[in-house]
Amino acid sequence: MGNSAATSGIVSGRKDAQALSDSFKDLHAPLSDHEALVASDRCYFCHDAPCVTACPTSIDIPLFIRQIGTGTPEASAKTIFEQNILGGMCARVCPTETLCEQVCVREVAEGKPVEIGRLQRYATDTLMAAGVHPFERAATTGKTVGIVGAGPAGLACAHKLAVLGHDVTIYEARKKGGGLNEFGIAAYKSVNDFAQKELDWLLSIGGITIRYGMALGEDMSLSALQADHDAVFFGMGLGGVNALRCEGEALENVTNAVDFISDLRQAADLSQLAVGRHVVVIGGGMTAVDVAVQSKLLGAQDVALVYRRDKDSMSASVYEQELATSKGVRIIYNAQPLRVLREAAGLSVEFAYTETEGGSLTQTGETFCLPADQVFKAIGQSLTGAPEALALQGGKIKVDANGRTSAPKVWAGGDCATGGDDLTVTAVAEGRDAALDIHTTLLG
Amino acid sequence: MADLTSNFVGITSPNPFWLASAPPTDKEYNVRRAFEAGWGGVVWKTLGSEGPPVVNVNGPRYGVIHGADRRVLGLNNIELITDRDLFQNLEEIKRVKADYPDRAIIVSLMVPCEEEAWKAILPLVEDTGADGIELNFGCPHGMAERGMGSAVGQVPEYIEMVTRWCKQYYSKPVIVKLTPNITDIRKPAAAAMRGGADAVSLINTINSIVSVDLDVMAPEPTIDGKGTHGGYCGPAVKPIAMNMVAEIARTPETSKLPISGIGGITTWRDAAEYMALGCGNVQVCTAAMTYGFKIVQEMKSGLSQWMDEKGYSSIDDFKGMAVPNVTDWQYLNLNYVAKASINQDDCISCGRCFAACEDTSHQAILMSEDRVFTVNDAECVACNLCVEVCPVEDCITMVPQAPGTVDERTQKVVVKEHGDWTTHPNNPSAVAAE
Repeated sequence: MGNSAATSGIVSGRKDAQALSDSFKDLHAPLSDHEALVASDRCYFCHDAPCVTACPTSIDIPLFIRQIGTGTPEASAKTIFEQNILGGMCARVCPTETLCEQVCVREVAEGKPVEIGRLQRYATDTLMAAGVHPFERAATTGKTVGIVGAGPAGLACAHKLAVLGHDVTIYEARKKGGGLNEFGIAAYKSVNDFAQKELDWLLSIGGITIRYGMALGEDMSLSALQADHDAVFFGMGLGGVNALRCEGEALENVTNAVDFISDLRQAADLSQLAVGRHVVVIGGGMTAVDVAVQSKLLGAQDVALVYRRDKDSMSASVYEQELATSKGVRIIYNAQPLRVLREAAGLSVEFAYTETEGGSLTQTGETFCLPADQVFKAIGQSLTGAPEALALQGGKIKVDANGRTSAPKVWAGGDCATGGDDLTVTAVAEGRDAALDIHTTLLG
Repeated sequence: MADLTSNFVGITSPNPFWLASAPPTDKEYNVRRAFEAGWGGVVWKTLGSEGPPVVNVNGPRYGVIHGADRRVLGLNNIELITDRDLFQNLEEIKRVKADYPDRAIIVSLMVPCEEEAWKAILPLVEDTGADGIELNFGCPHGMAERGMGSAVGQVPEYIEMVTRWCKQYYSKPVIVKLTPNITDIRKPAAAAMRGGADAVSLINTINSIVSVDLDVMAPEPTIDGKGTHGGYCGPAVKPIAMNMVAEIARTPETSKLPISGIGGITTWRDAAEYMALGCGNVQVCTAAMTYGFKIVQEMKSGLSQWMDEKGYSSIDDFKGMAVPNVTDWQYLNLNYVAKASINQDDCISCGRCFAACEDTSHQAILMSEDRVFTVNDAECVACNLCVEVCPVEDCITMVPQAPGTVDERTQKVVVKEHGDWTTHPNNPSAVAAE
């Protein structure tokens, strides 16, 4: 041991256990009872509130905040869960700064929105801590639905179907459920194994069976699912990672950010997880920020997040960008990787500076190199393994407003399907809405 | 620089802010702290007759109505008069007065409705050197059950009788503190006047049950499973108190009677409003009990700044200035027409004006697809509800319509002349306009 930020190469234990624990604690501490009351007082209970419109799941935010303020956080949680059964996770991971809180009239007026995300967490945590599941299943319909993927879309779909009286089987390729809630997302946004607790709580509705280790195309097929179930929902997310398409991509220690994040989320002991002294992240989304920040928190000495376009074009929000820089990540805008080189002491990444002219990105001709022990690719994920019977559009399963695919009695939602941003909350909305359409179709 | 010096019925104090007779003035320790903090005077917590003092409950005495962020809006109490020995109180009063000769000390009294009782206590009070007495005819809880407090204040004849005894056996000013737990405040005020009172002070607390414990199923504060009504005070009672003050001030018979205003005074502005309605000074309790004695600093600086801005050099310059403008509904000008106006630059698009108007009023606010809120003059009756529910102060205002323009709601031309209910054609008792 005795490693530090300055230790060369890719090593574990750059920080001691206490420092790691401090680094990876809850990004936003939960509100205390008093803080929740004070925060709830700030809500104006707007008419036809903009925050509700901005929420992909249309949670009645003024109502749930008023229910907190009047001492009934349990009723508040039910208001949230009626629209979004993963309201607990969404309270933690939603980019509220670009959704509900961005349009809060107090953000517009004062630059200080009502703390909707934290209030939502207060309410949902209160009910979940009491071990209460606020819904009951309707009488069984005798219909069964097969769902591919136990991520946010699949779980939201499954829960709604279970409430409506259908029996659901979820086929999950991994050994655990939760999807990106469990394997993606920065650890400091979902502490204390929340994703699994939420999964268990969600399943307590009954009527949902998850079959783990069942990969589409290997362990089952669309036709088999159609034969076994009255309806099928695809919510398997995006399994592939986009390539850099530059020289040196195949070198050792040039890896996918999502894999590192997944390893980190599943690590029993973060002090055993190795990270480079010099880390270069290539990308501009939430995954890029998540891997950059967590590399820094693990003890990397230098972490550079390099994005090919300008600050405003970055899909990670300004809030996320500021979070990264506040943790010591250096963000380099307008730079594109040219090649990754093997050096004596590790790797080196050569970048070209870019500029945007007339909407197209061009290289200025000027280049620079960054030393790297590890290079993380975070330039987006792509759909893999979609059944050939399903029509695609823009690389995703094509669905209509109700989540229907081109195949009869097959629905899809979440990141693998067209429509909406690739957010947890959007996946929940799409899974939920598909469930309602499945219900209508099956009983029609 | 405005002069805040107060001369109330001959009692001088460096400022018009007195602490009302209440827990903050129950003993020497508190009163010294109050004077050090800058209070102009105190009304010492009510003394009873010689003998074993009253006792208080040993459970909770207060209950509160909270506003946002647990701000105290209304306070309810079931505490009785002082539960300390009469002579100890008298000694302390004498000592404090000697040390603070420039401050006003008024002694609040409540003894049985018998001449001998008053005859016995008044010389003792006279001996303290205090500046005057206040007769507690107001406390609505506990003591009223024993025939004192509001039980006296609700019978004008008793008020007159006791006041007369006090004027007979005591040489300094006598202030009669009135209970609001009556139907017409002018009656007890007039009775006090007939008895020779130098002034009245009002209001004492209002009968109240402030909340119910839904587990115990009993009023709060709850004493071993039971509760009783208390006396309500604090910001919530200010409107009730100011109406009573105005009634006394604008009634010819009592209009010359000096008034010490009490009821929810929390800021300098509250005090100025009471004074505009005719009060010579004000008494404060709940605000001090909520925030401590230091608040008097803001009260003094605020009143002083406002007086400077308005060009008033002393309290007498504006005392009672609003009284002539307090009138009966029937004299309000029905020809005055206003319309709500929303300042779009200030509007934060919360839509509360729309919800209030659309759901509960006149459907006079329009909402566009992109959340722009505008007033429909053809429906607006200028009720002011939108102004009051808007979270942004002065974002919505009531704009008077100029004479000669057409009120889009009634299609009538706005006229310059005054026209009220007394002459209105719909009034069966209307007298013909001259």
